[in-house]
Amino acid sequence: MALSKYRVGVVTFPGSLDDRDALRAVRLAGAEPVPLWHGEKWLSDVVAVILPGGFSYGDYLRAGAIARFSPAMQSVIDGARNGMPVLGICNGFQVLCEAHLLPGALIRNDHRKFVCRDQRLRIENTETAWTNQYEAGQEIVVPLKNGEGGYVADPATLDALEADGRVVARYLGDNPNGSYRAIAGITNEAGNVVGLMPHPEHAVEELTGPSTDGLAFFTSVLQKLVGIPA
Amino acid sequence: MTPSSAAQRSLVDTVKAAKKDSDAQQPYRELGLADNEYARIREILGRRPTSSELAMYSVMWSEHCSYKSSKVHLKQFGDKVPVEAKDILLVGMGENAGVVDIGDGWAVTFKIESHNHPSYVEPHQGAATGVGGIVRDILTMGARPVAVLDSLRFGPANAPDTARVLPGVVSGVGSYGNCLGLPNIGGEVAFDSTYLGNPLVNALCVGVLRTDEIKLAKADGPGSKVVLFGARTGGDGIGGASVLASASFEAQGKTKRPAVQVGDPFAEKVLIECCLEIFAADLVTGIQDLGAAGLSCATTELAAAGTGGMAVDLDLAPLRDETLVPEEILMSESQERMMAVVTPKNLSAFMAICEKWDVTATVIGEVNDSGRLTMRWHGEKIVDVPPRTLAHEGPVYQRPIRRPYDQDALNGDHGNGLPRPKTGEKLRSTALKLIASPNLADKSWITDQYDRYVLGNTVLAQPEDAGMVRVTDERWRVEHDGEDSKLGLALATDGNSRYTRLDPYAGAQLALAEAYRNVATTGARPLAVTNCLNFGSPEDPAVMWQFSEAVRGIADGCQQLGIPVTGGNVSFYNQTGTSPILPTPVLGVLGLIDDVSRRTPMAFDQDGHQLYLLGDTRDEFGGSEWAYVMHGFLGGKPPAVDLDREKLLADVLINASRDGLIDAAHDLSDGGLFVALAESCLRGTTGVRVIVPDDVDPFVFLFSESAGRAIVAVPRTEEVRFTDMCTARRLPATRIGVLDVLESAIEVQGQFRLPLAELRTAWASTLPDLFG
Repeated sequence: MALSKYRVGVVTFPGSLDDRDALRAVRLAGAEPVPLWHGEKWLSDVVAVILPGGFSYGDYLRAGAIARFSPAMQSVIDGARNGMPVLGICNGFQVLCEAHLLPGALIRNDHRKFVCRDQRLRIENTETAWTNQYEAGQEIVVPLKNGEGGYVADPATLDALEADGRVVARYLGDNPNGSYRAIAGITNEAGNVVGLMPHPEHAVEELTGPSTDGLAFFTSVLQKLVGIPA
Repeated sequence: MTPSSAAQRSLVDTVKAAKKDSDAQQPYRELGLADNEYARIREILGRRPTSSELAMYSVMWSEHCSYKSSKVHLKQFGDKVPVEAKDILLVGMGENAGVVDIGDGWAVTFKIESHNHPSYVEPHQGAATGVGGIVRDILTMGARPVAVLDSLRFGPANAPDTARVLPGVVSGVGSYGNCLGLPNIGGEVAFDSTYLGNPLVNALCVGVLRTDEIKLAKADGPGSKVVLFGARTGGDGIGGASVLASASFEAQGKTKRPAVQVGDPFAEKVLIECCLEIFAADLVTGIQDLGAAGLSCATTELAAAGTGGMAVDLDLAPLRDETLVPEEILMSESQERMMAVVTPKNLSAFMAICEKWDVTATVIGEVNDSGRLTMRWHGEKIVDVPPRTLAHEGPVYQRPIRRPYDQDALNGDHGNGLPRPKTGEKLRSTALKLIASPNLADKSWITDQYDRYVLGNTVLAQPEDAGMVRVTDERWRVEHDGEDSKLGLALATDGNSRYTRLDPYAGAQLALAEAYRNVATTGARPLAVTNCLNFGSPEDPAVMWQFSEAVRGIADGCQQLGIPVTGGNVSFYNQTGTSPILPTPVLGVLGLIDDVSRRTPMAFDQDGHQLYLLGDTRDEFGGSEWAYVMHGFLGGKPPAVDLDREKLLADVLINASRDGLIDAAHDLSDGGLFVALAESCLRGTTGVRVIVPDDVDPFVFLFSESAGRAIVAVPRTEEVRFTDMCTARRLPATRIGVLDVLESAIEVQGQFRLPLAELRTAWASTLPDLFG
């Protein structure tokens, strides 16, 4: 079956920055990239949605706090509750937390500085719609770049996430932003919604990334949609 | 007296009042205008200026906007444009930024600009708005901005005030660029005591456009509408252009804090996308950004370059602060504003795109053929001027020039007697001390605060010799079966102020040569030049001598290298009290590479590759890092300049990259060979075993700063082809060692061995230890 018939959308909010990168990653994974506009409720018949990195609305209130109320997000939230795969990267992760599709919150890095570096991660859950092409425990290197990337939640929530295997990726080496339990990404109970602070869409080409380790996030969702078991 | 109190006194000063009350005293000196300049304004107008007109003339005739002291020298950049470069120059100096043709229907626009004084007063906002300003210049040409670089100078790294200025500047450059989604791909940082009260923040932006999409700043066609769009006008940055940039602010200190503009990168990001959509729909006949001198500059420049007249109703300008008076509105440097000239036919489509992006857009005037720029306020005419007299016919000065009285003594004090390390042990400790010194130490404490990945086209970024981005877009992919283009741009900035102090002509050429060499080292062919000329007061004849020599050096150097200067910026009055900074021309060179996959990185990753040193090493330590770090000494002559040799070296590096003869390359500059070896090893995974050639002194071999040199890693299989090429072209190439994955050290045979772990600790801990 031709994968390119699968339309994967990337929502652009005012202040989104990595939307073009996410569209490129979708294309390189073999699907049809579809730009979506935050002001449009209709999601153009896409079968999965990516909320890209950036500073939607300048992050002036709280990162992601305004974007969640956009018309497109209302449709994304409805879709996610019905099982549509949704990946939030960086600012997109913040939007998913603000929209209560994922628990917890992202706060300012503990060292108070923006950080951009090549980050080692361990994939902890290979059952989700976005990670089924990784091997359990696989170590990958993808760029990390954030000012508000510290993942926080109350101890009970963190314990529940760990117990349910909903920690998708964890930082290896120095904790780059003070995230609790070195959490870099989490998923919802159904495994269709994933939030990730690092940027797999910047690690899809040898030429421009530190590796091509990020591409499997985008091929994973296609395998999920095609229905081939991971 | 401040402009606002002047305004309050007179309330609204009108043209009618100015005619009637022609002898009224005006505070022109406080606004930075000289007696003769004020007299000339009266002569132009045939009456005294209104207070609004006075405000406009004062900002437009300030050093910063008018280039009145530098113009006579900068003319050489145009006069000496190399013959071979004329075909690629689509837009030369004088517009917001130069534009060069890069083939396949693409063009590139790039420029570097300073924001020095605001960055001292308010480091974060000063640096942030410096980035914002240069990005708008590039956008104004019709281009999508694709990358930024920053060239920074600070006081001593361990000075208390550097701990205030540096982190603020870095967070300002970072937060603004990061929030715009522009990768920061390079630049440099250096420390010297003369920058303590006057740091330098130079930001470069590069943009890409199609050759048929160039936009110019002109108000053409009577009846066309003048639209102000973007942020509302506020009280920030008032008088910034004339006051902050044109006079030393030391005496007044904090009182000028509000004169620094406040940036809103989110507003600028939205403005960029809004403008690009407007450009794509071809809805403007002219466009200008609002930077220094704000509305005064945008209206006069647009009117002067077009049909010649414009009528503006200042009451219509959207304000953040309703109490602003006309003089303040005209001088405000509020950020994230643009002005477009739109035909009535296109106006509704223009407004619809602004609405889509939630960008405030207001028609505030109309183009006419009166030859006058007029403005009304509350129904009264408050401005009536010939726009060219503000934009293009400002004062021009041939400032007195005098070789500094200490120049001969400085050059004569050659430092040849400075004690040099003679043993392997002493060479080793010198190497460690140099690599840990702030100018040579790892800069990732700074560059890790910049996003280098966004847009997904970054092929090389700091600390590589040059930044490199792929030139591609959706339109290209549609036309080429979904494939990205292979075309790439490389950019490097360089400047060595100690060399320039010793010899401004040679120092400026050395900066040019280093940026040129850095671009070629990555495999890209140098194409064009931008420069930011940071100097002390033009009223000091000794400074003016440095400036004139540096400009002459750059113009001659560019002519010899065959690459044109396409634009840039002059920043004068960089001084503390009467002590000027070291003269600091920063040169930015743009290069082009046909296939980005052929770029040459700096990292040593290839076990067994042969290490070659290209070029000649002489005993040259004048202005060197070694003399500065080990002896705190500055004297003698800088390294010799040989631009023909630089061209030859560049040819070899470019061809070797294209033909796959080398896998790594790194230019030699500050700190010499040893520092280059250390940087390439620490960037990669192998150590290196080095042999000192028989006829060379080990100290000179390791630390001399002779120009026109690079190191390359050559695969054994390509060694004969590579050396044959060097021989045929008569470029000296000396085999000096081998890359060795098992030797995790720099071993200089017969002298010393320095493990990479020890080297890395010394190199990487300096800035974190100082700045946290």
